[in-house]
Amino acid sequence: MVSVIFFNLFFIGLLGCCVMCLYRIGIGPSAPDRTVGIDILGIVVVGFAALLSIMTGKDYFLNVAIAWALLSFIGTLALAKHLEGKGFDE
Amino acid sequence: MNNTAGILIISIGVLFDLIGCIGLIRMPDIYNRLQASTKCVTLGTCMILLGAMVMAATTAAVWKSALCLLFIVITAPTAAHSLARGAYRSGVKLWSKSVADQYAEDQS
Repeated sequence: MVSVIFFNLFFIGLLGCCVMCLYRIGIGPSAPDRTVGIDILGIVVVGFAALLSIMTGKDYFLNVAIAWALLSFIGTLALAKHLEGKGFDE
Repeated sequence: MNNTAGILIISIGVLFDLIGCIGLIRMPDIYNRLQASTKCVTLGTCMILLGAMVMAATTAAVWKSALCLLFIVITAPTAAHSLARGAYRSGVKLWSKSVADQYAEDQS
């Protein structure tokens, strides 16, 4: 199957993206740099779940993708509010 | 036919993801990094989800992919905007070769 080779290449590419995000989270000079890395890592993992759902033919990975997108958004908003130095209710 | 089109769209998406993450590594400043990586990674993940819509086997998978694409398109720029604002207010300096700081001009 040709498509299996393509899917392996896609997984290797997305793993490279995850490694680069983790590198930025590790060496980021300030706390907002690390938060940018966490945000981008969350979006990349959504694409990962979509690829897994096509490759295995199971639908429930897309539920994982939707939940991951929303939780990553909420986590990034909470971290941004914390960086700004405010409470969560203003 | 569906498989060929889907694989083409997904390869464009993975390429954009890689370009965005290289921008996340190579850019000199947090604002440049946010600019490069957020836009490229949002487009790349949307292309991957579009390919998932094209290649999906059932109708429910198509609608779930569309819903996830809508969430990504709405939430990723909002998170990036909020993050840039939080970084500026927490006192992160701009790059030394930046030429304009219109947020500070508006504040004064």
